[in-house]
Amino acid sequence: MEVQLQRSYLEYTNALFREGFLDGQFVQLQLLRDDSNPDFVVEVVTLFFEDSERILNELSRALDDQNVDFKKIDANVHQLKGSSSSIGAQRVRNSCIAFRNFCDEQNVEGCLRCLQQVKQEYLLVKAKLEALIRLEQQIVTAGGVVPTLNEFS
Amino acid sequence: MEYCNCFESPWPADELLMKYQYISDFFIALAYFSIPLELIYFVKKSAVFPYRWVLVQFGAFIVLCGATHLINLWTFTMHTRTVAIVMTTAKILTAVVSCATALMLVHIIPDLLSVKTRELFLKNKAAELDREMGLIRTQEETGRHVRMLTHEIRSTLDRHTILKTTLVELGRTLGLEECALWMPTRTGLELHLSYTLRHQNPVGLTVPIQLPVINQVFNTSRAVKISPNSPVARLRPAGRYMPGEVVAVRVPLLHLSNFQIHDWPELSTKRYALMVLMLPSDSARQWHVHELELVEVVADQVAVALSHAAILEESMRARDLLMEQNVALDLARREAETAVRARNDFLAVMNHEMRTPIHAIIALSSLLQETELTPEQRLMVETILKSSNLLATLINDVLDLSRLEDGSLQLETGTFNLHSLFREVLNLIKPIASVKKLYVTLTLSPDLIEHAVGDENRLMQVLLNVVGNAIKFTKEGGISICAFVAKSDSLRDPRAPDFFPIPSDNHFYLRVEVKDTGSGINPQDIPKIFMKFVQSQPLATKNPGGTGLGLAICKRFVNLMEGHIWIESEGLGRGSTATFIVKLGIPAHSNDSKLPFLLKVPGNQIKLNFSGLKVVVMDDNSVGRMVTKGLLVHLGCDVFAVASGDECVRAVTSEHKVVFLDVSMAAVDSFEVAIRIREKFSKRSDRPIIVALTGNTDRTIKENCRKVGMDGVILKPVSVDKMRSVVSDLLEHGYLVESQ
Repeated sequence: MEVQLQRSYLEYTNALFREGFLDGQFVQLQLLRDDSNPDFVVEVVTLFFEDSERILNELSRALDDQNVDFKKIDANVHQLKGSSSSIGAQRVRNSCIAFRNFCDEQNVEGCLRCLQQVKQEYLLVKAKLEALIRLEQQIVTAGGVVPTLNEFS
Repeated sequence: MEYCNCFESPWPADELLMKYQYISDFFIALAYFSIPLELIYFVKKSAVFPYRWVLVQFGAFIVLCGATHLINLWTFTMHTRTVAIVMTTAKILTAVVSCATALMLVHIIPDLLSVKTRELFLKNKAAELDREMGLIRTQEETGRHVRMLTHEIRSTLDRHTILKTTLVELGRTLGLEECALWMPTRTGLELHLSYTLRHQNPVGLTVPIQLPVINQVFNTSRAVKISPNSPVARLRPAGRYMPGEVVAVRVPLLHLSNFQIHDWPELSTKRYALMVLMLPSDSARQWHVHELELVEVVADQVAVALSHAAILEESMRARDLLMEQNVALDLARREAETAVRARNDFLAVMNHEMRTPIHAIIALSSLLQETELTPEQRLMVETILKSSNLLATLINDVLDLSRLEDGSLQLETGTFNLHSLFREVLNLIKPIASVKKLYVTLTLSPDLIEHAVGDENRLMQVLLNVVGNAIKFTKEGGISICAFVAKSDSLRDPRAPDFFPIPSDNHFYLRVEVKDTGSGINPQDIPKIFMKFVQSQPLATKNPGGTGLGLAICKRFVNLMEGHIWIESEGLGRGSTATFIVKLGIPAHSNDSKLPFLLKVPGNQIKLNFSGLKVVVMDDNSVGRMVTKGLLVHLGCDVFAVASGDECVRAVTSEHKVVFLDVSMAAVDSFEVAIRIREKFSKRSDRPIIVALTGNTDRTIKENCRKVGMDGVILKPVSVDKMRSVVSDLLEHGYLVESQ
């Protein structure tokens, strides 16, 4: 049973990587999970969710303003970019990079569009990650060991 | 005619008287008649006589006179009246004509006389012309003599012959008794009798030059008559007769230096010879002007001829000298070639013969080191090893240099790992650096490809040499090595203006700069640095090893690699920067597989124990902070994570070994934090290692990190293995070996 779960876990993870939702950084995070710190990944991911939601709210508020403070927006996007790259959320990071370009151009329209994009990506990756975590928990409850991703076939 | 009143007796007593008168009259008449005939005859003969009318008159006069006398014959006897009339008529006519003639003669005779004077005048003139002709002829002859003399003189370039010929020819032309030439001595104070015509005097005769007679002759270019009793003229034994007149003339002795291009030699030359000519003693001959002129001309010619002879002598001497020098040079060249060949042979022998024993010593000493030895023995063996290594290096250096000079050295090309080359050099350098407590930083540019094509060993030798020098001459501080790909603008260096490297698709130019904080170099010494066997350090250094060949060899190698090497220094005590650029090839296929999941397993998987290693992490991004902290915790570190710069500076203590600063933070200036941390800890040993974390691959970030004194830069994202190796490197070396 665990094997089944493990296999489906691996397949799911592979799919995520293939589709570009996650990159190698996530693998590294997985590696950090050990006996002394079994919930490391969960903790990091949860923190990421909290942080990102906060930032996205900030961004929406900032872009709704009459006088758009691009500096502040840029700082926030920079933060989000940092977080997403730390966790390995590739698509979120990429859309952040695009967002920053529009920020430099001080293009409100573009920024709004990008914000939508980022939000979308974030929600997607959030769902995927939550699913992944649930799978992991299932494996653990089933008594198995979550397979570590060392290499990619 | 008187009437004779005497008797007509034709033959009286005084008829004898009558007879005589009769005969006389007859003859007179005859003469009178014949004279005009003669006159006519001769006048007819000559066509020139201008006074015919006069002659006619004269003739008439005479005819009439004759007629009168003839008629007078008839008056001796009884004569008729007709005879008397005829007589009278004749007489009257005669009177008339003779008066006319007398009158005419008054006019004519002065003319005739003047003709005579003119004739006399012409005769005189003719005589004079004759004389002059004679003179001209003589002069022409003289000229001929001169030309012949000159020809004789100038036909030879031998000084002796010239002078001899002169005397002989002059003697012959002028019919001299004696002819002598006095030449000035070397000292110029005396005249020395050099040549005489008749060889009758001792040739060693000398005369002081300051005699008045000599001065007189030298002061004019003309031939001067001198007294036969003057010392220069007393050349003949006293003869019975009066000695002939003596003439002396100066002969200028011209030197090469007297000839200017534009003016004929001014006779400012002081040196003259004296030519003395004596006429035969028992002739009454005198010196004629033309003879004197001849002598003067000859003297001038002699001067010219002598100078030509002198020039010829000079040039012949110069030519001989040149030939000698040529021979000597040829000999020297051959000797040099022999020497070079001998040296090459010697080196070839040395190459093998000397290396063998050295290698034996080194090998056996190393083996000995591995065995059990007492501390003293170990020390001894180490010393032996060190000395033999030094000796081996020395031999190699000398041999290399000689091979480089011959041009027989060729680079070996092969593909090698550029990055690991630098690492190896660092590994070799670090012991010395840490002993001297110097820091060493290495910065490789990210666009520096990993593999390159070139001579790995020689490049390492160059790098080692340069870096070794930097370490050697640095007492405190450290050195920093930067390697990057030289772009075309950085290739053009003001110090190497004729170096125009052009990178192509197959090649790139590697530029390495080694900066040190050492004793610097005097700008005047910089050109000498790359010369062989010249050491710029007059002060004794701790390890005065080295032959002084190192940089010379480096220069040769770098040149072989089609590059350039130079050193800059602002002066003594200001450190120096050695820079070299070399051309390396790009391997056919590039080796950079940057697949993120293919983790390169480091060669030595030494799992160092980081447990309890106290570190500080500063990152304002919570996720990032957590991730980095998790990484380090996973490795066993004791991590204190902070979110702001102030917190960081406050938190860092001497217990913390490493501080990780995220430099991509917007709000915080990590560089400032780094500086503050460094300032916080004055002692190097207390200060933690400061590492920057950045996601930015821009070179300027790395530059800035280096400038503020950070010990390393890590490129995010950081994998576990990377973090592990980074931390182990940091702990081992005190600095980051490579920045990734």
